[in-house]
Amino acid sequence: MNVDGTSYDQGLYGSLCESMRKCIFKVLSVGPIPVHVAFIMDGNRRYAMKHRLSEGDGHKAGFMNLCHILRHCYDMGVKYVTVYAFSIDNFKRRPEEVQGLMELMVESITKLLEAESIVEKYGIRLYFIGNLKLLHKDVRETAEKAMKVTADNKRVVLLVCVAYTSWDEMANSMDKSCEEKLDEVRKGGGIQGNGEVIPRGVRVEDIERNMYMSVAPEPDVMIRTSGETRLSNFLLWQTGKTALHCPRALWPDLGLWDVVWGVVNYQRSYSYLRDQLHK
Amino acid sequence: MHAYFKDMAGTVTMRIIDPWATKVVNLGVLLLWHYIHFIVNVCYFLLGLSGAIKSYLISTGVLRKYRALDLGKLRYLAVVIDSVEARQTEKVIELLQWLAKMGVRRACFYDPEGVLERSKDVILRKLNFISLLEDSTDDASPAYEKKLILEVASKSDGKEAVARAANLLLVKYLKSKSSSEDKEENFFTEECMTEALKAVGCRGPEPDLLLVYGPARCHLGFPAWRLRYTEVVHMGPLKSMKYGALISAIYKYTLVRQNYGK
Repeated sequence: MNVDGTSYDQGLYGSLCESMRKCIFKVLSVGPIPVHVAFIMDGNRRYAMKHRLSEGDGHKAGFMNLCHILRHCYDMGVKYVTVYAFSIDNFKRRPEEVQGLMELMVESITKLLEAESIVEKYGIRLYFIGNLKLLHKDVRETAEKAMKVTADNKRVVLLVCVAYTSWDEMANSMDKSCEEKLDEVRKGGGIQGNGEVIPRGVRVEDIERNMYMSVAPEPDVMIRTSGETRLSNFLLWQTGKTALHCPRALWPDLGLWDVVWGVVNYQRSYSYLRDQLHK
Repeated sequence: MHAYFKDMAGTVTMRIIDPWATKVVNLGVLLLWHYIHFIVNVCYFLLGLSGAIKSYLISTGVLRKYRALDLGKLRYLAVVIDSVEARQTEKVIELLQWLAKMGVRRACFYDPEGVLERSKDVILRKLNFISLLEDSTDDASPAYEKKLILEVASKSDGKEAVARAANLLLVKYLKSKSSSEDKEENFFTEECMTEALKAVGCRGPEPDLLLVYGPARCHLGFPAWRLRYTEVVHMGPLKSMKYGALISAIYKYTLVRQNYGK
């Protein structure tokens, strides 16, 4: 598979598969299509072990499959895709593996910015979400460059969570919300009472506005690969009304049918989830 | 009649623009969509049927591996119930009886709209083996140890509790410093947050396993701060809950291995 997410097979079989894929999306589009799909990309190391590859090759296979899955999602009509690429807890892994992952991230982001890549073809706006200060300098700079270069892309959005945990996001958001309230007092705002000025209270809306993920709506579907059923400190705040789907496939093996199955299940519970949103 | 269009990825595709042909194609697509969902419904019905048989075999003790559950790993269980279904208090009581029978000693029952909070007095009157988390003590007597410590939570213990905790920290900060001074970077750390949440009443621990009773596999806004590594399992509607399915879910949990990102 190429970095633009297309298959190497461009012959008759390839064309047939492509037509089939479009037919499936056409049929699916009769029902509601999720606006935002989030993925926990779990299973790269298990994939490497299963195929007797090095850990690095497992992660590379994971990146190639990401392009594949993005293509399916965007062709289906999904506007936002979020992927959990690297957790703050992943820094606890062996230093060689962390270093390898950082190098792969730089390589992958650079590939995504090349001409003819999936980012250019689909007009993807890239966001890197998380505590970017924790990343190695070269990764942070590459990520910042990617966000800047794609800032004018309007069609679809890819949010890559790196150095991210939901706990860190919540604590950071509360910190920012309190900072805003203190700023109000410094500028002469706040509530006057008993001869002193006190800050206005922090509201849920303040915290939500200051979340890293406030650039996108809450996910409609969350897909965690490898058959695991936990959220692993990912989007805990944003998934209260999200349909969780846990296919058994390891991330590099996740295919079109797993995504389609996730969307069919979303459509089955759509009316219930929509009612929950309005409560 | 046909025309050629470019799709999102720039690939040229052929589309039919004859209005009648378009109508026929759309009708075909619509029928196909309903047919697929019909097949999926049938599959889920058959899965439900096989689940019911398995559940029956588990509850009658035919499947031996489910007989001896090791509950040592399950320190805290959470149960999320859709608010409409949570109105079936008799079912909630039956579920609590099953949990106590299995040996679960600490559980949190959550529904977004607070239906369970309103019916907890009825539940407590009917079940004398339950003690509420807020009334729990460090009593280590054998009689107390046999009790099921229950926490009842709702939406107000979720996002709203985080906002309350933020305000508590803000007040604490203002008391310790003058607001005119610059705030230290990251005054509100994860540790401070955990303490503040406990102070505003969210003192329950992180559940190991969360069982969802309702139409969809969705945690319905269970306090986000407590869901980091919790396994989320969908159990289906409360009205068709099964004892064997509960044992099966807990048994599966005892086999899960987590590496916490390492």
